[in-house]
Amino acid sequence: MSGVHDGNHHPEPEAYAASRTKALESLLIEKGLVASDVLDGIVHAFEQDIGPLNGAKVVARAWVNPEYRRRLLEEGTEAIAEMGFKSGQGAEIVVLENTPMVHNVVVCTLCSCYPWAVLGLPPTWYKSAAYRARMVLEPRTVLGEFGLELDDSVEVRVWDSTADVRYMVLPEQPSGTDDSSEDALVQLVSRDSMIGVARVKNPAETS
Amino acid sequence: MNGIHDMGGMQGFGRVIYEHDEPVFHDIWEGRLYGISRMIGHYSIFAPNGMRFALEHIDPAVYLTSSYYERWLLVIEQALIEKGHLSLEALNERTEFFRVNPEASPPRRDDPEALERFINALPLWQSPNRDVDVEPQFSVGDPVKSLNINPSGHTRLPRYVRGKHGAIAKYHGVHDFQDSVPERSGSDPQPVYSVRFEGSELWGESAEQNQSLYVDMWESYLERA
Repeated sequence: MSGVHDGNHHPEPEAYAASRTKALESLLIEKGLVASDVLDGIVHAFEQDIGPLNGAKVVARAWVNPEYRRRLLEEGTEAIAEMGFKSGQGAEIVVLENTPMVHNVVVCTLCSCYPWAVLGLPPTWYKSAAYRARMVLEPRTVLGEFGLELDDSVEVRVWDSTADVRYMVLPEQPSGTDDSSEDALVQLVSRDSMIGVARVKNPAETS
Repeated sequence: MNGIHDMGGMQGFGRVIYEHDEPVFHDIWEGRLYGISRMIGHYSIFAPNGMRFALEHIDPAVYLTSSYYERWLLVIEQALIEKGHLSLEALNERTEFFRVNPEASPPRRDDPEALERFINALPLWQSPNRDVDVEPQFSVGDPVKSLNINPSGHTRLPRYVRGKHGAIAKYHGVHDFQDSVPERSGSDPQPVYSVRFEGSELWGESAEQNQSLYVDMWESYLERA
């Protein structure tokens, strides 16, 4: 964060990266290679518009609409595009269905590949060395650290996004929500459940 | 390359540190840098997948002790300098200016037409599928073995799955082969598959119970088993 002002004290020295990036931006502006309003627009798009709410809407629709669910699992990119969310870069989205017997979880061991069209930009933990290294090696242990305990009878499938396919998990619908409206269901679906490190909870059933 | 980025299976990193309600960008500079990376991409400062390869080349100690966007900053400034868009001297000088003048901001120059183009381009989807006449060699269910290749160039075959037995689980279509793109000419489109590996095949006796891994592989990573 930039310096904190405290009365007569000088502001904290800015982090090197902050000064370096300002320098980069100013030189690129002067050379006409970037434009300020476009930078503003990009930041705004990823801070406000493109985020896990997109994916939550896709999940909620799949829960209430079996035909949509079928299309989503068969042809993820197209079904997601039906909701108005399109993946700009050259990637396809495949949706993975979690069931009582199969739990899917997604990682990119080599970098940070992530289905950003439905989830926005990935969180720091997803890009961390610990997650990238350990999720393929000991998923149950890592999921346990996230608070998700899975019985040994549940198959854990870890998907490493090494190519141009991006993966999104379709989490199980929590019990007791069969009569909920689609809008109410959207509110329940967390980003973490669409990566596979959490289940969706029914708030009425948690203490 | 067998770089530090190829982390699957490494031990010793400790617990995953989870930050609740973390912001998309932790600092203003991260957002500005992200925006810069998106804008300058089309000046071809990187070949397709070239930025990934550049990240892989960062000195391992620097890679591990830098944040995600600090690594981006490194490779982006390097590429801009290499392509002649900036000089290191100018960048150093300007960095020093902002260091001693932390209240200062970069100048503003707006380009409403570019902004509109960006907004319009955002939802457009570029499919990775290539419309070429290539028959996939493998079908779902086929037993396969991934090759033990160790190229010094860019590869998307992680070390932890090389030389391992698996089975074709899904066929994704024909996509440009990422390994060939940064350095060689031509995109070499190939069939891409999700290949399923049992945990025990990859990790041996210490593998967790009932675990499988699905890794996406271009056809040239595979041979029939």
